[in-house]
Amino acid sequence: MIEANELTKRYGSTTAVRNLTFTVKPGRVTGFLGPNGAGKSTTLRMILGLHAPTGGTVTVDGRPFRDHARGLRHLGALLDASEVHGGRSGRSHLAALARSNGIPRGRVDEVLGEVGLAGAAKRRIGGYSLGMRQRLGIAGALLGDPPVLVFDEPLNGLDPEGVRWVRGLFRRLAAEGRTVFVSSHLMTEMEHTADDLVVVGRGELIAAESLADFAARSGSSVTVRTTEAALLARLLTEQGAGVRPVGEALEVTGMAAARIGDLAFAQRLPLHELTPRTASLEAAFMELTADRADHHAGATR
Amino acid sequence: MTPTTARARFTDLLAAEWIKLWSLRSTGWSLLAGALAVLGINVGTAYDHYKYWDQYDESSRAAFLRNDIGLVDAFTANSGMVLVLVLGAIGAVAVTGEYGSGLIRTTLAAVPARRSVMAAKALVVTAVTAVFGTALALVSFLLTQVVLDGRDAGLTLGHPGALRLVLASGLLAPVAALVGMALGAVARHSAASVVAATGLLLMVPLFLSEDRYLTAVLRHAQPFTAWQRLADFGRFGEVAHPWTTGGAWLVYLVWALGAAALAVTVVHRRDQ
Repeated sequence: MIEANELTKRYGSTTAVRNLTFTVKPGRVTGFLGPNGAGKSTTLRMILGLHAPTGGTVTVDGRPFRDHARGLRHLGALLDASEVHGGRSGRSHLAALARSNGIPRGRVDEVLGEVGLAGAAKRRIGGYSLGMRQRLGIAGALLGDPPVLVFDEPLNGLDPEGVRWVRGLFRRLAAEGRTVFVSSHLMTEMEHTADDLVVVGRGELIAAESLADFAARSGSSVTVRTTEAALLARLLTEQGAGVRPVGEALEVTGMAAARIGDLAFAQRLPLHELTPRTASLEAAFMELTADRADHHAGATR
Repeated sequence: MTPTTARARFTDLLAAEWIKLWSLRSTGWSLLAGALAVLGINVGTAYDHYKYWDQYDESSRAAFLRNDIGLVDAFTANSGMVLVLVLGAIGAVAVTGEYGSGLIRTTLAAVPARRSVMAAKALVVTAVTAVFGTALALVSFLLTQVVLDGRDAGLTLGHPGALRLVLASGLLAPVAALVGMALGAVARHSAASVVAATGLLLMVPLFLSEDRYLTAVLRHAQPFTAWQRLADFGRFGEVAHPWTTGGAWLVYLVWALGAAALAVTVVHRRDQ
């Protein structure tokens, strides 16, 4: 379990993270979503005790992580796959990590096999592809068989087979009762993996709920065509729906297609089209974070 | 799920730092390159004296023996500078190598007890460079004296000051490495910390005059000057403000401990 309470981090006059409060539960995969620059990495670094919060607290299984003398048995982390020394072999890298935590040497070959790097164990990391580095980072996170795992953008650089493998791994780790916290800036990466979501933008919490709730909340709409647009719009608005003209059609939110049809029928208004549109989670995510993304392409700043 | 437990042993951290140090090919190569440069300079200087011995007149030869020039050849000032440069860089890179790649975050997430990590690193670097430096100084002494023996001008380890020269030259290595480590921990950038180590260890003594009391005291408090005091025989007895070898050893000790403390503290305190 990871619990953040009013977590805040300021660097000089810049606020990277503001008053984040969320809980990451065991037995579930929790996606940590936000556009680039939303404060995800800063938050993860505070969870790991690498950065000290300016305000608030964050604990791992009830304790600030920095209070542990050795960390790997409490929390395994893949922060950035490039955060390894290219001059070492994969096995030496893991051997040093394992030894620092008093983890038996045999465990190194075990996790190397588990992530599919047994064949490349003796090669220098400098020659690894990004996908192989991700696997090495995941191997490092698994070393201590920890109850809590944190992965920062673990799918970057993985091929489709690798992505499927990682998703299966996350599901399995959660099924074993572990807390699995996975950051990403792409909703598409998370919608087939995560049970819960923590969504941030510009350092602030946008949503912390289950994927199902997030999907339900995300703006589904119904496109309606009628010859009596003005009448129908007034009618639906009176009944509490949101109505927006789109060309000759109306975009109705907050009301199911069946109810719209019934209301129109009762008033004998002819309908030429009645199309429910389920917004993709990606679109919902984009919409929620659009005004909080730090880096817009082509935006004047 | 509850975590499996194991006792946090400092020896495990020493072993981990040992693995990290030797799993980089650059460690062995830079030590080897440094050793060859030092030996090349010193044996070359001794060979020069051997070769032109015939051209020295009787009084020059007597002065050579009287002034223990054999000891000067055993570890020349130039080789001392090379040793400081190489070891300062090795010490700096032992830390900045982790920052350059971001490995430091992986390291400190695995071992949140940062002071223990840095203390283990400092101890391993100290032990390795002390053994390396002392062995190098010993080999340099023996090789240069073998060359000078060809003119009956070689000295033995039993000669007054010989053992002190070997020890002082050898221990200059860990002092330089620890200073490099501390600067690496402060600057967190390889090039910057190597430049800083060179400036601090080799340039600063050049700007401090031996003639005035204040600057002389500051000059004597520099590790490279302390090495010269320990290695350079007799001459320091004639300077305006003489100082003891005990004082020079103390300078070594204070710099080593101060540098280690700085490296440990700065990593403990800052966001990583």
